[in-house]
Amino acid sequence: MNYLSELENKTIYIIREAYSRFRNISLLWSIGKDSTAMLWIARKAFFGKIPFPVTHIDTNYKFKEIYEFRDKYAKIWGLNLLISRNSTAIESGMGPKTNKFECCNALKTIALKDTIKQYNLKALLLAIRRDEHGIRAKERYFSPRDLNFKWDYQNQPAELWNLYKAGLNDEDHLRVHPMLHWREIDIWRYIEREKIPVTPLYFAKNNLRYRSIGCETCCMPVKSNANTIKKIVRELETTKTAERSGRAQDKEDTYTMQKLRSLGYM
Amino acid sequence: MDRETLSIVITGHVDHGKSTLIGRLLLETGSLPKEKLVEIKKISDKLGKETEIAYLIDQFKEERIKDMTIDTTQIFFKTRKRDYIIIDCPGHLELIKNMITGATLAETAILIIDCTEGIMEQTRRHAYIISMIGIRNVIVVINKMDLVNYNQKKFIEIETAINAFLKTLDMEPCFILPISAKDGVNITKKCSKLNWYNGPSFLKALDMLKPSREKANRSLRLPVQDVYDIEKKRVLVGKILSGSLVKGKEILVLPGFAKAKIADIKIFGKKPKKVSNRENIGVTLDRDIDVKRGFVIVDKESANRLEDRFQCNIFWMSKKPLEINKPFSIRCATQEVNCIAEKIERKINSSTLEIVYDNPDKVGLNESAKVSFKTERPIVIEEFSRLKELGRFVIEGDSTLLGAGIIT
Repeated sequence: MNYLSELENKTIYIIREAYSRFRNISLLWSIGKDSTAMLWIARKAFFGKIPFPVTHIDTNYKFKEIYEFRDKYAKIWGLNLLISRNSTAIESGMGPKTNKFECCNALKTIALKDTIKQYNLKALLLAIRRDEHGIRAKERYFSPRDLNFKWDYQNQPAELWNLYKAGLNDEDHLRVHPMLHWREIDIWRYIEREKIPVTPLYFAKNNLRYRSIGCETCCMPVKSNANTIKKIVRELETTKTAERSGRAQDKEDTYTMQKLRSLGYM
Repeated sequence: MDRETLSIVITGHVDHGKSTLIGRLLLETGSLPKEKLVEIKKISDKLGKETEIAYLIDQFKEERIKDMTIDTTQIFFKTRKRDYIIIDCPGHLELIKNMITGATLAETAILIIDCTEGIMEQTRRHAYIISMIGIRNVIVVINKMDLVNYNQKKFIEIETAINAFLKTLDMEPCFILPISAKDGVNITKKCSKLNWYNGPSFLKALDMLKPSREKANRSLRLPVQDVYDIEKKRVLVGKILSGSLVKGKEILVLPGFAKAKIADIKIFGKKPKKVSNRENIGVTLDRDIDVKRGFVIVDKESANRLEDRFQCNIFWMSKKPLEINKPFSIRCATQEVNCIAEKIERKINSSTLEIVYDNPDKVGLNESAKVSFKTERPIVIEEFSRLKELGRFVIEGDSTLLGAGIIT
């Protein structure tokens, strides 16, 4: 079995494991490359039809390309799409200009909290990867969150081999991370191999491309002339720039990511 | 273009330099984004410290303030030869569960020893855990050689002692080498300060390791992970642990001994004729039999693989001890079953490896023991050396992990 197939098989195993433990789960789809690759693999795990809802956290500040891509492929892939929005905060004018930390917390974390409660979700599949951020490298595949959504990162349960956590005790839900072992370059090689559609934002226009995509207001493109998947792979083989260098919420303070994540951010 | 990858766990006693070694490796192999270096310099300045390369790995605020690793983490780098996944682990005894979590993901282990302190409690315990979970490829690095002026005598003294200790675990390290992670000596290249040393640099030693691959086992083992209803058919899904499957093959489903034939093999987007170990697949059977998660599909020659009594080595990770005849549950692949310990044969201190004689009916936190287990119903198991995934298990109570076991 080659390397990409190994990664894919491990991801299928984890997705099926989460579903076998709790039928009531959802896959978080940001429409970015990682969660789109995860969605692709989830379709394989369930032979084409994902038997649970796919959630998009809509902050109202996403790129128009993201909304177009979402609506097009939700239809083609027959997804049961949930749109998670904190309308109260959006209407009261919450935005990145107020405060980036507050904005991420209100429009993403709190929106997600409400969705979990409303649909009584027991586990969420998230496409975070260990190589994107040092804090994410500390994650488990099955990571419990308590009722306040706290990630008790100083006291994480042990996780041995592929014998992932079986159930919930006092926890609210589990975060399951089926893509944790993938690197950025693996994702692009896999997208190339499988011909997975991705949003055009990743491809260079006027020597600029997005390497990591979130809200339009808080994402900066990086210098690049990679306008094909092949060129992106080649660029990643030699780059010295960090993947999330264009993401504002990582930068505000050294530990913003840790603080956001401990409160339940992705 | 398929490159080889190797996963390596870095183990050793508190403050012997695990995170610093990884930081140094990343620096010298040019694996770091520029802004990372600026960032750690800034943070080190803020905390009033010299630029601390361990902060590349220790990302939690608490880790940096206390200068200790709290949880296991992973870092990636590459050489011309292959891609590496480096797993860092905490060295404190209280954080042993995080160390084991990291170690179970690795194929190879590095044991780091501070030459001014020598072999310490967690050096021995980590070595024991590495050997117990079956990692055979081990490199010992003797660190902080700068603090003893790269003295060869000191190196030989520790080399002799660690060799003797590892021998009691039936382990033979692939390399034992002197380094200074802080000064970057003998990490990627040799240095005149170590002119008495003729072996490879640390990076060269890594590249010389041969990945240990499990021998392919021909008997079919397919633990059922779940059962889906798809287009009015019952599809059994799971990961093939050994052997292979073709359409029409006669199989047995254990523990019920039900016989059936494979009607169809399913992988989305493909029409596979044959599937083999490590593939995650679906199958349909030619008749309707009772199958659920935890049942195991085997070839018809393997009917005798069910056991309800077996011997194993366990490592206990809970404050609540294991007690004879008190029920708990174990999980082995997708099998989950209630279990008791009938007999504790021998209990050892996982650091000194001395036999522990007090409380012979209990196994306590961080103790290891050879025990006889009896399960409520028979399950399909194998010796760990024959088939890892059916030879290892976790021990649980109330959905909480209590310990880990290896079937001998």
